[in-house]
Amino acid sequence: MTDEPMDGDVTGPLNEGPAFPDMMNPGPVDPGAPLAPLPGHTSRGRLERILRAGEFAVTAELSPPDSADPMDVFERASIFDGWVDAVNATDGSGANCHMSSVGVCSLLTRVGYVPVMQISCRDRNRIAIQGDVLGAAAMGVANILCLTGDGVQCGDHPEAKPVFDLDCMAALEIVSKMRDKCELDSGRKLDKAPELFLGAAANPFAPPYDFRPIRLAKKIAAGAQFVQTQYCYDIPLLERYMQQVRDMGLHEKCFIMVGVGPLASARAAKWIRGNVPGVHIPDDVIQRLEGAEKQKTEGKKLCVDLIQQIREIEGVSGIHLMAYRQEESVAEIIAESGVLKGRAPHAVNPVIPEYMQQRFKVQA
Amino acid sequence: MKSKGQLEAKLAAGEFVITAETTPPDGADEASVMDKVGCLKGLVDAVNVTDGAGARAHMSALATCAIMAKNGIEPVLQFTVRDRNRLAIQGEMIGAPALGIHSILCLHGDSITNGDQPDAKPVEDTDSRGLMAMAKHMRDTGTFPAPSGRKIDPAPGLLIGGAETPRDPDENFNTKGIEGKIEAGVDFFQTQFAYDIEVLKRYMGALNDSGITEKAHFIVGVGPIMSAKSARWMTENLFGVHVPEDVIKRIEGAEDEKAEGRKVCAELVEQFKEIKGISGAHLMAPRGEKAIAQTLTEYNLRG
Amino acid sequence: MRAVRLWSVRHSHGLMKLYDVFEGLIMAVEPVVRRVGYDRLEKPVSVVENGIKSAMFDCQMCGQCALSSTGMSCPMNCPKNLRNGPCGGVREDGHCEVKPDMPCVWVKAWEGSKDMSNGNILDVQRPVDHRMKGTSSWLRLMRQKKDGTYPRPATSARGDAGGSITP
Repeated sequence: MTDEPMDGDVTGPLNEGPAFPDMMNPGPVDPGAPLAPLPGHTSRGRLERILRAGEFAVTAELSPPDSADPMDVFERASIFDGWVDAVNATDGSGANCHMSSVGVCSLLTRVGYVPVMQISCRDRNRIAIQGDVLGAAAMGVANILCLTGDGVQCGDHPEAKPVFDLDCMAALEIVSKMRDKCELDSGRKLDKAPELFLGAAANPFAPPYDFRPIRLAKKIAAGAQFVQTQYCYDIPLLERYMQQVRDMGLHEKCFIMVGVGPLASARAAKWIRGNVPGVHIPDDVIQRLEGAEKQKTEGKKLCVDLIQQIREIEGVSGIHLMAYRQEESVAEIIAESGVLKGRAPHAVNPVIPEYMQQRFKVQA
Repeated sequence: MKSKGQLEAKLAAGEFVITAETTPPDGADEASVMDKVGCLKGLVDAVNVTDGAGARAHMSALATCAIMAKNGIEPVLQFTVRDRNRLAIQGEMIGAPALGIHSILCLHGDSITNGDQPDAKPVEDTDSRGLMAMAKHMRDTGTFPAPSGRKIDPAPGLLIGGAETPRDPDENFNTKGIEGKIEAGVDFFQTQFAYDIEVLKRYMGALNDSGITEKAHFIVGVGPIMSAKSARWMTENLFGVHVPEDVIKRIEGAEDEKAEGRKVCAELVEQFKEIKGISGAHLMAPRGEKAIAQTLTEYNLRG
Repeated sequence: MRAVRLWSVRHSHGLMKLYDVFEGLIMAVEPVVRRVGYDRLEKPVSVVENGIKSAMFDCQMCGQCALSSTGMSCPMNCPKNLRNGPCGGVREDGHCEVKPDMPCVWVKAWEGSKDMSNGNILDVQRPVDHRMKGTSSWLRLMRQKKDGTYPRPATSARGDAGGSITP
């Protein structure tokens, strides 16, 4: 990889002929090609296969870069390569602007990574959402997760207009209609339906607690095939939720992946508790971190402990690791938790064409 | 140079450029994009991809552009303010260069009530000038617009386009609107259909006089007319479009209306080349990528 | 205004009963309305409707009232306009993520719906049709019920919804 800008790069290969000449011939095996269709599967991606095969799945969250350079995306994805079954590309999480999730996913699928594209209802109306779904599917994205999105006030563009034309439930319904009926919400027919594995977000750790399983049931009715939850730091609360979920039989209709993540320190934990609505961190977690000599190490240990406990809960199909600014620790946490039980997720070892490895700086 | 695109390089070199327009397919099929625009490969310098044209959902313009770039057609990504707020738009602007998209065109977009999804919410977080300013700010300063100010490294190298409608410069004519867009960030304009060559000449004359053509490139809109009926329809229904009656008569009188329409288009493009201040032709025809390609090859317009 | 809105949620059971009576009543006057003409009545009715519902529910006049499915807590007061349940950002004290001093509309809706006998809260509400903003949902309800075009939810979590995880 070349980190330095190339001198006089203006008339580089990008200015002669196609913008991405090598991509026209991806070689004998296209790393991003969809897998062969399987009965009972709605997508042709790896994540659905892993889950339907009954494996305990692991996904991780990639925060898109503030950059116009494809290498920044590939570098961020490579940390997880061989450790996870899919990588979530967030859509302006925390209402901060980053590279668009369609952009990130288009790059990831080209070299063979498995993205879960998040679509937030905060920034787009139904016309744009449907377009993004078609575009992503055409680029080889097999997993889409619909969520409401954080309010704009918590990001760095608080003056932006919150759209919320659809809620995540309506978005799920429209996307499943596109997939199953091969038509847009308006009824207009599609030439080719998007083949997708559809997901939603869930938060068992925010009030009203006894409504949360019902909301999950509604999401399943609307089309959710898997859910990824908010950070879990409270096992008893999760167990209560899962009990209700099992009583309703929801774990048999939807794969539930529980969100986990390492806390960097007791201070960070307190800050999150005070400033990120919807993340619930009990006192004993903070006390455990405070009492530790090396808080960061303890944070990872705590995460490993949580994963091991979550794995044993009936009805949980996987974990979703969100290690914001601690992405490098993901491999270590997965290895130490033994959550994969010896299974090795597909490693991409991407071959990234040389021209893409140049810094994408435009010389004035 | 502001971008890494061929379009900018050719405009800067003073070449007469040819651009075309396509609408993304209604489906999730990568191949269908190239089925549609593949015929333009090598014939044009760039192809515009419309963003939810007619306020109807199609494959996203960003993905369509990415597929075209990957297959050797330089795209111009169109942005409207109808369907996305600034968070989504800025995110796509940053992602664009990484996908081989180097030029954008900033528009307002058709009204949501004209489409087949009139129940949707029009977003309109900003206006087309706001889009231009956003793109320019991110490109030139390498940061997100205020109040954010967060760094973007590398900054998105984008050539910024705007739309204009050629009109007869009467006593009320002024160039404030155009100058405002240039100030907001426009590097090039692509215009509405200009079939009335005399009006166009007077319009360009006025722009030359006020020095505007020194500050931005003008790529003038035109297209193969499918029939006399469609020429009449355009005059009556499209804003700012006037197909002169003698042109309509000429097409009507021809044995093959379509062939005559292509001929009219080609003749106009040849005439554009002679008008001072015009940097290129922008060929548009709804679902007419093949007709555009045919016009270009038949009359060897790349010359 | 919020105090009244919260009162309405607390008394959702009674209001629901009242609403049932009201619905019967408006269906009874439907022939009259039809004779006078829906279009002519649109303006006066929407003004009255706005006055009453604004006072009781902080109504935003979306024109497609969902109060009977949301425990008499108007979902259009949610800053994210969520019509199908609370987002994941509800604070531990049950307040809104966006407006920290406001109790979450859906926490209230859930409390309210427990007192309501029907299970409409399980239905997946359709997305808002933004053309209807400012128009009367009473007249719409009247007309659609009479014409048999009252939209049923496409999906509901009632009964056996959704698929199965085994292929």
